[in-house]
Amino acid sequence: MVDRASRSQSGRAIEFRNVSFFFGPVQVLKNVEFDIDPQDSVCIVGPNGGGKTTLVKLILGLLEPAEGEITIFGGRPDEQRRRIGYVPQNVKFDASFPIPVREVVAMGRLGRSFTGRYRAEDNVAVQDALAAVDLLPLAGRSFAALSGGQRQRVLIARALATGGDILILDEPTANIDHESEQLFFKLLEQLNKQMTILMVTHEVGFASTFFERIICVNKQVFIHPTSKLTGELIQNMYGGDLQMIRHDHRCSAEGHEHD
Amino acid sequence: MTELFAALFDPNLPFLRYALVTGLLASIAFGIIGTFVVVRRISYIAGAISHCVLGGIGAGLYMHHVVGITWFTPMFGAIMVALLAAVVLAAISLRGKEREDSLIGALWAGGMALGFLFIAATPGYFDPMSYLFGNILLITAKDVYYVLGLDALVLLIVGVFYNAFIGLCFDEEFARLRGIQTHWLYLLLLCMTALTIVLLVRIVGIIMVIALLTLPAAIAGRFSRTIFQMMIGAILLCAMFITAGLGLSYHLDLPSGSVIILVATVTYLLSLIASVRQ
Repeated sequence: MVDRASRSQSGRAIEFRNVSFFFGPVQVLKNVEFDIDPQDSVCIVGPNGGGKTTLVKLILGLLEPAEGEITIFGGRPDEQRRRIGYVPQNVKFDASFPIPVREVVAMGRLGRSFTGRYRAEDNVAVQDALAAVDLLPLAGRSFAALSGGQRQRVLIARALATGGDILILDEPTANIDHESEQLFFKLLEQLNKQMTILMVTHEVGFASTFFERIICVNKQVFIHPTSKLTGELIQNMYGGDLQMIRHDHRCSAEGHEHD
Repeated sequence: MTELFAALFDPNLPFLRYALVTGLLASIAFGIIGTFVVVRRISYIAGAISHCVLGGIGAGLYMHHVVGITWFTPMFGAIMVALLAAVVLAAISLRGKEREDSLIGALWAGGMALGFLFIAATPGYFDPMSYLFGNILLITAKDVYYVLGLDALVLLIVGVFYNAFIGLCFDEEFARLRGIQTHWLYLLLLCMTALTIVLLVRIVGIIMVIALLTLPAAIAGRFSRTIFQMMIGAILLCAMFITAGLGLSYHLDLPSGSVIILVATVTYLLSLIASVRQ
């Protein structure tokens, strides 16, 4: 067993060591092991109920593993939350909530003071985050009035405003059109130069277009370089036919075979 | 309206002055808390707390008149029960939605049943209808101070934790990830809701208090771009409904609580029609 001090020196962004998780009697994850390095771009795919969301919640420290150990930059996930910018699904938001774009992004600065009051440096961070996703002109616009793609970018800006080193996106391509999707991946490419990117999706088609590695989750975890992701492999994981995948990206990890 | 103004300055009708002043001051707490109740979608929880209050009022009447504990007044009982219900609901909501639903039902009906039993066991006549539908004759000068205290408390807490409350209502999970103590903040919100409900039960009654808490905020929400604007709109609308409702009820000699709620409901329906047309 490697101790935490030496692991923190390993420089890994995320480490899972023999992690298992149960919801009551049901085992959701079994003996999960993987590492993610700073500035990796990794896509987590798998069927619904396969454990993708659980995996993300474990990384965020919202759930505790039953067995094994998880470290984020060498520390406990709940202690390292501030280093993670999280982008939840945009469909979960109440369309009638009266809030302008700037206030949504500012939430990324919450928790820096006891009361949650924003300071001058917070306003600067909000402006920078809005500029990074090219949404400064819409800062005063109502969040509810935006398109799906624009809302997605606002939520990414909110995650960027946190100043984290890891960006985790949960089903970000849901409810956005093709054009917004292309802009979205261009933005991820830019952001990947400074931070680790993890994206969760059930649409395997998105996995190959941008990411270096794929983490396939279905109770157990299998890691593949994008180029090794084949139709047969996906069929094994999902238990049925799925859409064709184009592989056009460099790989940086060794492939694994499913059981 | 001139009739109402004349009555307001009539020395023989102090209750009307108290009712109007209490109602107008309470609009501040109602508008602010009502906004959070609406955007956080917890009106059913506020409903459970308001109905529970009858249990506390009944207990207060019984303790005061039968047991002889003079400090255990109906107001004290109502506050204690409302705060207890808020704590229980906040604790249960952390453990999954299904149980929360059942608990709301239990508190809602159980609180009322307990209240009726206590009232029945208390000798003398205490009209439960006054508590259920409101009775402005019950409002005294003391209530004005209570409401002033509540306003000060709500303004202070919301003023200090404004951004954190917005984070809690918009995306609780994200706020928690940023280090906000969302469980405590939610408990604080429910406790403020409980206190607001208790003080306003006098004006519109247990059954209708939920309408005055949510309808002004719901209408204001249609025309607001920020939570702050929604709060201001809700405060003004609430004050308007109370003034118009009191005026109409005095003029038509009808129960004030019911008239206030009907004015609010009709305005809400009109705003709904207007927004559908747009």
